[in-house]
Amino acid sequence: MLVTILDIVIAGLLLGGLYAIIAMGLSLQYGVARVLNISHGEFIMLGAVSTWTLYTVLGINPLLSLVVCGPIAFVLGFILHRTLYKRLMVTSATAGIFEGNSMLASFGLLFIVQNLALIAWGSDIKGYSYLAFPVDLGGALFGANRLVTLGFALLIGISFYIFLTQTRTGKAIRAAAQDPSTAGLLGVNINFVLALCFGLGAALAASAGMLISMSYPVHTVMGMEYTVIAIIVVVLGGLGSIPGSFVGGLILGLIGSIVTYFDPGLALVAYYVIFTFLLLIKPTGLMGK
Amino acid sequence: MPILEGQGVTKYFGGLAAVSDIDFHVDQGEIVGLIGPNGAGKTTLFGLISAAHVPKPGVIKFKGENITGLKPHQICRQGLARTFQSVKIFPNMPVISNVALGVHFGNSGQVTSSQAAEKAAKLLEFVGLLEMAATPAKDLTLVNQKLVEVARALATNPEVLLLDEIMAGLNSTEIALAMELVSKIRSQGITIFMIEHVMKAIMSVCDRIMVLHHGKKIAEGTPQEIATSKKVIEVYLGE
Amino acid sequence: MNKLPSISNNFQVRGIVLLIGLIILFTLPFYTPIYTSIFLSAIFMYIVLTSSWAMFSGPTGQISLATAAFFGVGIYIAATLGNKMPLPVLVLIGGLGSAGLALLVGSLTLRLKGVYFTIFTFGLLELMKFLLLWFEITFTGTRGRFVVVVDYKTVYFIMLVILVLTLLTSYLIRRSKYGLALQGIGEQEEAAEHIGINVTLLKVATFGISAFFMGATGAVMATRWTYVDPYIAFNMNYSFTPVLMAIFGGLGQFFGPILGAIIFAYLEEILITQFPYYYMLLFGIVMVVSVLYLPNGLAGLVQKWRSREAGGEHAHS
Repeated sequence: MLVTILDIVIAGLLLGGLYAIIAMGLSLQYGVARVLNISHGEFIMLGAVSTWTLYTVLGINPLLSLVVCGPIAFVLGFILHRTLYKRLMVTSATAGIFEGNSMLASFGLLFIVQNLALIAWGSDIKGYSYLAFPVDLGGALFGANRLVTLGFALLIGISFYIFLTQTRTGKAIRAAAQDPSTAGLLGVNINFVLALCFGLGAALAASAGMLISMSYPVHTVMGMEYTVIAIIVVVLGGLGSIPGSFVGGLILGLIGSIVTYFDPGLALVAYYVIFTFLLLIKPTGLMGK
Repeated sequence: MPILEGQGVTKYFGGLAAVSDIDFHVDQGEIVGLIGPNGAGKTTLFGLISAAHVPKPGVIKFKGENITGLKPHQICRQGLARTFQSVKIFPNMPVISNVALGVHFGNSGQVTSSQAAEKAAKLLEFVGLLEMAATPAKDLTLVNQKLVEVARALATNPEVLLLDEIMAGLNSTEIALAMELVSKIRSQGITIFMIEHVMKAIMSVCDRIMVLHHGKKIAEGTPQEIATSKKVIEVYLGE
Repeated sequence: MNKLPSISNNFQVRGIVLLIGLIILFTLPFYTPIYTSIFLSAIFMYIVLTSSWAMFSGPTGQISLATAAFFGVGIYIAATLGNKMPLPVLVLIGGLGSAGLALLVGSLTLRLKGVYFTIFTFGLLELMKFLLLWFEITFTGTRGRFVVVVDYKTVYFIMLVILVLTLLTSYLIRRSKYGLALQGIGEQEEAAEHIGINVTLLKVATFGISAFFMGATGAVMATRWTYVDPYIAFNMNYSFTPVLMAIFGGLGQFFGPILGAIIFAYLEEILITQFPYYYMLLFGIVMVVSVLYLPNGLAGLVQKWRSREAGGEHAHS
């Protein structure tokens, strides 16, 4: 009995770690830059597909490709914000209108990125095998790749936390998340910070994609399902709270693991039901403002 | 029987009492002023009357009927209208449509489009904005936007009108015009309850004044009485 | 007042043109190849989805991504009851079923602000899909259903009727005090509530009406797919596409969403078989460009051009 519970919990944490990384990126983009980036999943997909390409074509270790893909994604995200979203900030009359417009623009971006990828890579499902051997943990078997995923998720999460709390840029980001106008008055270069957050969000997405590609099949249309999970986690943790999305991710992963134990088909239903209840009863989530 | 009254009206936001145990009444045909330092709870009280919030506890009665807990649109349909401290006109609609909406959905029953347009035009004339009828409301000056709000509120055919700081941001000529407008509205038979900071205006136009401080009513009386009340002077000078 | 005669002439001319247009459309299947009717049915479908989406989300500004959910309910009702009832009844049930869902969901969630509402409607779509999937697998044992085949002429006529009804409803709402009230709600909801507008009732009712047409369309178009399962019936594209079409077309004018729908539906039909990815790519680009540079859409541009031609004296539509 205990073994089963341990089984479920560890599986939940593995899944949750992944969810946490996926959501943190979106949380940065929405929490600070106020952009509900529906194309978030597409950056995850790009990370996954690039990693697959680098591994199968050039034999580059997936974990290493993170060093390449991460920064590229960051630059892409940074530029996107500077060009696209900053212009929207200028043309939108109110914050509400900006949120709506940036969401719609992200929509368009979703189609652009996904279809460029489809044109470049085609639509068949790909996968590769890396660290796929089982590891025995207290009687239950887990794939080494998934354990590495959890390890990386924790690593990324913790370094990010340190970045946010200990560095000056990190504190600027937190200030901007709390109150963009005041932060601006205090000398924070708001436009730079916003673009930075967007870029970091994209980088996190790409990293998540790399981690996903190690354990799951890769598909150019895989993005949407992760965007959806990211949104659910971000709402669960509280829109605008970055630690919230980390915690929310772990919790959702645990819930997913528990529900899957009883009836695998109900996992996604459970996610959506929770999501719906949250929005109706406590839209600010667990740790949101 | 007062046309509008409240007993024990209280409202907490979080742990803070925005208004606390206020009794008030407004008689038909009066112009009653509501003054007090910033944060005294004046706009909150208006919000409680117009049902933007629900008093807890407390009772508010309009024309003898308990209106506590009704929704804002129901209260409007009963004959109670208000303007807002931060002007809430419909910016992209022409001025006349702003006002016509009030006619359609207010306390006038079923109205045809042309009847609504007619009444709206009359009201615009009443507040002096007829030439602006086709202009989008967002293109108007602040003063004129406030006038649109007043016209829109009047369009709902109210018996009581709550005016929330309509004179804020106005220069002395505009204030004089606003005061005149308030008197004109009263002579149409409409009772007025108004929040104001412009002392000169309040003192000259109101029949009676209520003073709020930290959510409580600390004084009530004629402008004379209030102007000479030690308590009131302390509150304003002490701030 | 010497404008009056020309305006009534204008209306008469417009009325006659409309009537002729309708007659042509109604008699079309009798003198054109089969493909034309099928092609037009698809275009009508998109016009209905886009216009009914714009009916609610246009004036209120609350972006709903539930279109595919309501559309899907219609499809599923037709797939499930297809062999038991005649098509017109199915269409009605499909419409009512979707409207019912919209009224229920709307009354619970229309108070959600901004992105929360949009996210919720998106979640609704997914929830319906997975719930139905689970239900089908667990209880009925089938994952999908075969749809009763309906001949293309019937589909065309019913779709045309739905189109006319949708556009008529949309036009009437827009021109009425309710249309103005919806706009007021979108611009300044608190003020709208305080001038006597029952905001909740109006929003929920409009949401329900728009869903009715989406569901009815789903029921009649179900035959497009010979086999449906929850994935096919509840397809996100039918939520995203109408939004793009309406925004590109322009929400400020009545004909905006119609224009956007016609253009993109036409593009889709041409490109989707040969160049699906390029079509969707174009979609995305147009979406981004529209949001960035065309806030009033194509219709807004047309309106600007028109008023410039008329010397700026053109009355507000």
